[in-house]
Amino acid sequence: MTQAVDLEALAALKDIMEDEFTALVQTYLADTEARVALLHELLTQQDFDEIRKNAHSMKGSSSNLGASLLTDLCFQVEQQSKGNHLDGLDTLLSQIDEEFLLVKEALENC
Amino acid sequence: MAVPYVLKVLIADDTDSDRLILESIVKREGHEVVCARDGLEAVELFKSTAPDIVLLDAMMPRLDGLGAAKQIKELAGDELVPIIFLTSLTDTESLVKCLEAGGDDFLSKPYNRFIIQAKIKAFKRMREMHVTLHRQRNEIALHNEHLLQEQTVAKQVFDNIAHSGCLDAANVKYLLSPLAVFNGDVLVAGIRPSGNMMVLLGDFTGHGLPAAIGAMPLATSFYGMVQKGFALVDVLREINQKLKSILPVGVFCCACIVDMDFVKRRIKVWNGGLPDCYLYRAKTGEVEPVRSTHLPLGVQGDKAFRDDCVYLEMDLGDRFFMWSDGIVESRNHEGGMYGEERLRRVFDSNDASGNLFDEIIADVHDYSGEGCRDDDLSLVELKMVEPHEVDASVDALSGHVSTGLMEWALDFEVKPSTFRLFDPLPLLLNILVEVPGLRRHSGSLYTILAELYSNALEHGVLGLKSEWKESPEGFSRYYTERTERLRVLIDGFVSFHLSHKTTADGGSLLIRVGDSGGGFSHVEKLNVGHKTEGYSGRGIPLIRTLCESLRYIDNGSQVEAVFSWSNDQ
Repeated sequence: MTQAVDLEALAALKDIMEDEFTALVQTYLADTEARVALLHELLTQQDFDEIRKNAHSMKGSSSNLGASLLTDLCFQVEQQSKGNHLDGLDTLLSQIDEEFLLVKEALENC
Repeated sequence: MAVPYVLKVLIADDTDSDRLILESIVKREGHEVVCARDGLEAVELFKSTAPDIVLLDAMMPRLDGLGAAKQIKELAGDELVPIIFLTSLTDTESLVKCLEAGGDDFLSKPYNRFIIQAKIKAFKRMREMHVTLHRQRNEIALHNEHLLQEQTVAKQVFDNIAHSGCLDAANVKYLLSPLAVFNGDVLVAGIRPSGNMMVLLGDFTGHGLPAAIGAMPLATSFYGMVQKGFALVDVLREINQKLKSILPVGVFCCACIVDMDFVKRRIKVWNGGLPDCYLYRAKTGEVEPVRSTHLPLGVQGDKAFRDDCVYLEMDLGDRFFMWSDGIVESRNHEGGMYGEERLRRVFDSNDASGNLFDEIIADVHDYSGEGCRDDDLSLVELKMVEPHEVDASVDALSGHVSTGLMEWALDFEVKPSTFRLFDPLPLLLNILVEVPGLRRHSGSLYTILAELYSNALEHGVLGLKSEWKESPEGFSRYYTERTERLRVLIDGFVSFHLSHKTTADGGSLLIRVGDSGGGFSHVEKLNVGHKTEGYSGRGIPLIRTLCESLRYIDNGSQVEAVFSWSNDQ
């Protein structure tokens, strides 16, 4: 099974952040949770441009936290929204919901 | 301005977690961090905190990274503020846009602290070099401005001295770059009280201020002395000695000096180190070169200095040419040199009516082609003309005097040791030309003083008989005796009494010359203007035409002349 979060990357991050690591994780989780909700909202409005931008930002921050699969899903959303493909986006957002729960669990327990 | 060890780094990213990570990495390197959440905030923070390096997320609300980068680059102006884009953008088009907006580099997510450290270090070095470069560039610009300013002032001072002469006289043509003095070229011309024109063309070794510096004393000595009636040789020796004492070894002045006598129609030339001068005969079209036979000025001390000159007769319309080596050493595109042969050919192919001066310049230009600069070309043409053609341009020079000596008297006595060594006339004339109005009569005054002085010295003090001069043998005897008697002379004097007063429309100068001799017998005859057969006229008829009155007093050992002048003349 693939890890939701790359433990090696996380260890390096802990080293960099020292005392602020927990705060960083909390910031990331709160930020991402809000973005996931926003993506759903934007999808109902079919605002593809905003979907692309938010997915891009989420891709960046998730990569920094070592959440490889979530990063990859964000990348796919970014690509799909460029082509205005509604169908695929629906499925991808559901996958993001699931993956985010796993990432959240992994980060909160590390 | 030095780049401090601790840099101020501006980080702009709307994603909080990414910003926190980057902030931590940069702070760990020991740098100071300021944070912005969007492009507008980034621009404001840039203005208020002046960071050394800017890290910009490409995508941000309100104003994105591209827009912020453009504004920041504009605000930074001359200063190099590296902008690094934070991006996970991967397509080439987006990356190119970042560069066009002023980005210097990229940093991709996920962040790698080692890459970040390396980039910050590299840009810090680049910024240091840029700051150094700018500081040095500004220093150089400042130095250059300074130098140009100095040259302008130096040129002004020099022009004020050099242009007080008669370069604009009708018989003089010259080509001289406005900045010639910084090429070491100098041209001065003045009229002596006798009406002779003295011209000096000099070429100092080197370029720039070192070459120009010697031109100042040269020009001041030249004008000071020429105006007071000093002879060519005196002027030459004075300049040589002055240059020798002030110039460092290896710096000297190649020069040619000419004294033109328009009455006797002949010139006296001394050439030390300049290329051959040419005397061009208008009638036959022949050219007579005058070679340099001396070392340049400022090389030898006064004792070793040789002042022998060449004398040349000139007819009306004959022309004398002088040039610095800039003419013969003009180069063409192939690096060839113009040379003396080509110059000579211009003269030979001239049809005698042609304008030689312009032809020479045109030929040099033809040879050296488009890129030719006149900076180094100095050329003078002096034409033999009637005396009155020169006079007109000279009078204009003395028209502006208004103050100076007014009423005064002076007694001056010359003793035997001085007779042998020193000509007192320039000294006296020096004082006389300080009187406004008298300066333009310095020629007449010189003639009067010279005649009266030599009469007093030769006939009075030395007792030489003027009638000797009437036969060739006597003439020679006269001068042999003069030298011998001067040598053994122990007692005697010549005294001058000069007194000047102003009148309503001018002034009057009384000149009384006395001597220690025994006078002579035909005083009365001379005083009433009788012909004095058997006696030499002592030059008196000539003086009488110049003076208002002239009479001998007592037994003839004193003579009194009154010279009057008016402002209207």
